[in-house]
Amino acid sequence: MVNRKLVGAHYGLMDWLVQRITGVVMAAYTVVVAFALYTGAGSSYERWHGFMSAAPMRFISFLCIVSLCWHAWIGVRDTWMDYVQPAGIKLTLHVLTLLSVIGCGGWAVQILWKL
Amino acid sequence: MTKRILKFNIYRYDPDVDRKPYMQDIEVEVDATDRKLLDALVKLKAKDDSIAFRRSCREGVCGSDGMNINGTNGLACLADLSTFPDGKTIVLRPLPGLPVIRDLIVDMTQFFKQYHSIKPYLINNDPLPERERLQSPEEREELNGLYECILCACCSTACPTFWWNPDKFVGPAGLLAAYRFIADTRDQATNERLDNLEDPYRLFRCHTIMNCVEVCPKGLNPTKAIGKIKDMMVRRII
Amino acid sequence: MKVTVRKFDAVIVGAGGAGLRAAIQLSEAGLKTAVLSKVFPTRSHTVAAQGGVAASLGNSEEDHWHWHMYDTVKGSDWLGDQDAIEFMCKKANEVVIELEHYGMPFDRLDNGRIYQRPFGGHMSNFGEKPVRRSCAAADRTGHAMLHAMYQRNVKANTQFFVEWLALDLIRDAEGDVLGVTAMEMETGDLYAFHAKATIFATGGAGRIYYSSTNAFINTGDGAGMAARAGIPLEDMEFWQFHPTGVAGAGVLITEGVRGEGGILRNSAGERFMERYAPNAKDLASRDVVSRAMVTEINEGRGCGPNKDFVLLDITHLPPETIMKRLPGIHEIALQFAGVDALREPIPVVPTCHYQMGGIPTNFKGQVVVPGKRSQNEIVPGFYAAGECACASVHGANRLGTNSLLDLLVFGKSAGESAVDEMKQSPKPHKELPADAFDRTLERLHRLNTQKDGASVHETQLDMQRTMQKHAGVFRFADLLKQGVQKIIEVQKDVERTEIKDKSKVFNTARVEALELDNLIEVAVATMVSAEARKESRGAHVRDDAPDTPERPDGRDDVNWLKHSLWFKDANRLEYKSVTLRPLTVETIALKKRAY
Repeated sequence: MVNRKLVGAHYGLMDWLVQRITGVVMAAYTVVVAFALYTGAGSSYERWHGFMSAAPMRFISFLCIVSLCWHAWIGVRDTWMDYVQPAGIKLTLHVLTLLSVIGCGGWAVQILWKL
Repeated sequence: MTKRILKFNIYRYDPDVDRKPYMQDIEVEVDATDRKLLDALVKLKAKDDSIAFRRSCREGVCGSDGMNINGTNGLACLADLSTFPDGKTIVLRPLPGLPVIRDLIVDMTQFFKQYHSIKPYLINNDPLPERERLQSPEEREELNGLYECILCACCSTACPTFWWNPDKFVGPAGLLAAYRFIADTRDQATNERLDNLEDPYRLFRCHTIMNCVEVCPKGLNPTKAIGKIKDMMVRRII
Repeated sequence: MKVTVRKFDAVIVGAGGAGLRAAIQLSEAGLKTAVLSKVFPTRSHTVAAQGGVAASLGNSEEDHWHWHMYDTVKGSDWLGDQDAIEFMCKKANEVVIELEHYGMPFDRLDNGRIYQRPFGGHMSNFGEKPVRRSCAAADRTGHAMLHAMYQRNVKANTQFFVEWLALDLIRDAEGDVLGVTAMEMETGDLYAFHAKATIFATGGAGRIYYSSTNAFINTGDGAGMAARAGIPLEDMEFWQFHPTGVAGAGVLITEGVRGEGGILRNSAGERFMERYAPNAKDLASRDVVSRAMVTEINEGRGCGPNKDFVLLDITHLPPETIMKRLPGIHEIALQFAGVDALREPIPVVPTCHYQMGGIPTNFKGQVVVPGKRSQNEIVPGFYAAGECACASVHGANRLGTNSLLDLLVFGKSAGESAVDEMKQSPKPHKELPADAFDRTLERLHRLNTQKDGASVHETQLDMQRTMQKHAGVFRFADLLKQGVQKIIEVQKDVERTEIKDKSKVFNTARVEALELDNLIEVAVATMVSAEARKESRGAHVRDDAPDTPERPDGRDDVNWLKHSLWFKDANRLEYKSVTLRPLTVETIALKKRAY
């Protein structure tokens, strides 16, 4: 196979946009949780459990987990793109990253729904 | 400022003679008429004619004498000697991230390849009018801060992303040029230009580190131009 | 040393304004063209032009090419060839509009048309009052133009040979030009570019003077190569000293500053140009302003501790105007004079700026030399354009903004002439003569083996100081006479320069030594031609040419209304008549020149 420098994958904007949007979601989630802690939601296990298992909270926690996973996938992949040149190693790292992000995401959702 | 001795520590490498690069200590006496680093380098060359560097206009518009001065990229002809503290050694290296041809001269092929990749020319397929194409002063103003680039490569070679992926990332200079044509009301190829940059490497490898802005000898802001390109891409899909 | 031969339809030497403009013509005509440049094209010195390019577009007020022609003839002190001047002024609108179409970012008027500003010597209605004729992109017109033309060449897929130094012209026994020899700087390898058309666009040689606005690269390579190959150099005694170079640094401050309202003042704060040019004042022709400044300084009205400069004052202009129209000047003043031009005046002195003379050409860009049949016989296969050429449109003094126009018009016409020649009478390449590379190989061999020679740096300084002292703004008969002796002495040193660095890779010491070979040809041509011309005209003003009614300001039309032609062999001078007949209009009659 010829060894050409390949560019022109025609993606990138979506990822860039997604990173910004997921960042905003995580920041908003952090504000909600911080406010809850400030008003005493973390004063006992029961109160904390009640706060986290309420349906709206479960919904935004789920959003936050999805955002985190998506954000992390793009961010870590970008790092591999920057520093790792050989295509084979890069692809392996991408796959491993994607699998671990999916694994962690599934695990987090499972925890959330066990509450 | 009267006579003064300047101490230099200069990157030397001549593949015809040297097995590997080394740093050379050398001193030169300058007087009141030597105002810029380039003046001192010219005197250095009179002393040792084997020191190789590029230079031309000596007034900061040709972009020949970009080099790494005490760790920061800049033009030798604009670096004022009075800003170098007395007795302190001035460390000169070639622009980082590009292959060295000799001493302070780097091979800029990759840099220009990226510049050429953005189609740096006006594209307008309308029949040519008899007179000039009209453009309002406000529309023309959009090109300020873009067209002044002198292609010295100080920005791109200060950009870590360009260091890692010089073959795939367009780099700040090329992206500034890309936006120069996108912003020109006379250019009709905005869509093709955006398509050309819609790529994880070509544009989106910019992590807004902003080294480019810090070193640009013409005070231009490639990061801002890159931001505007992204902005236009977003506006295009929504 | 091995010389590799490469064949092209055309080879262009130099990628500044004229070279790039010619290249557009050839590339778009589909000819196999090589453009050689010792620097990356956008580093050529056209990039430093500031104020604008002249064209009678009439965007702000009524204007006409005929008025522009009148101003140019008058500016040239009637030494310019009126056919070439008419050709240039008529073509101005076309080439400037083309540039706009290429994408050049001209400043704009409210109605969307190209912004034009006043410039020295540009008047309406045959010298009546200043007119806005200079088309500008802020004070970076040259930069904007050079980049726009480089970009157009990228579009046209022009083949550049970047950082290649042309060494010598190749001519055969019949005198036809067959290309050039050149060195690839990165490897030190030698090549010959064998071509049907050779176009020189190598720029000026302002570096023959100690104090110059010119870049280091302006070493008259084309003039030097031509002279060594037996081509004469025309009108080399005429050098323009730009009135406003930053004192001490030499960096150019555009005349556009005065076009926008800047004023020159002496130590008493007086606007002294009112005394020298009551009508045009600060916007008189450059030679007039430069002489006025030197007179002020010589008479003790200079500024600073040594009273050796005057002041260019723009502090009365609105800061918005300065930052919008002259941002580069604000930057240069800060960088090279250490003054904030918004608040303080800029110290300036007349500084060597432009070579009016050069390789003799006609208005089609073809190189012409005196021969048996006429005084303007075409040298087959050889063209020149821009500052290295002498068409001659600038005569004894160039008007501001006519240099950028010159390179556009004659870059284009040289390209067109070469294309026409090749398309109309297609011929195979003429064979290279057996001695094609001899001169180059001799020069390199001499340089590489020189022992106990002269230092390139010191010899160059000697040359520059000699030129500065003996052939400056004002010229003196005795100094010129001594100058000829001195510069010939310096020439002997140039013939024995030695470099310590013998490396093949990017050997800038070797490049500088080879450039000095070219500079010295120009310096000698200048001094010899200047010594011989016993009159004052335009930029050449002698102490022994008194102002009399028959010879106003020392100009002697009876004996000296002619072009000098300097030949390298034995420093021989010949003269040829000035073309006073334009192409279509009436001759602009001789007259005393006053602003």
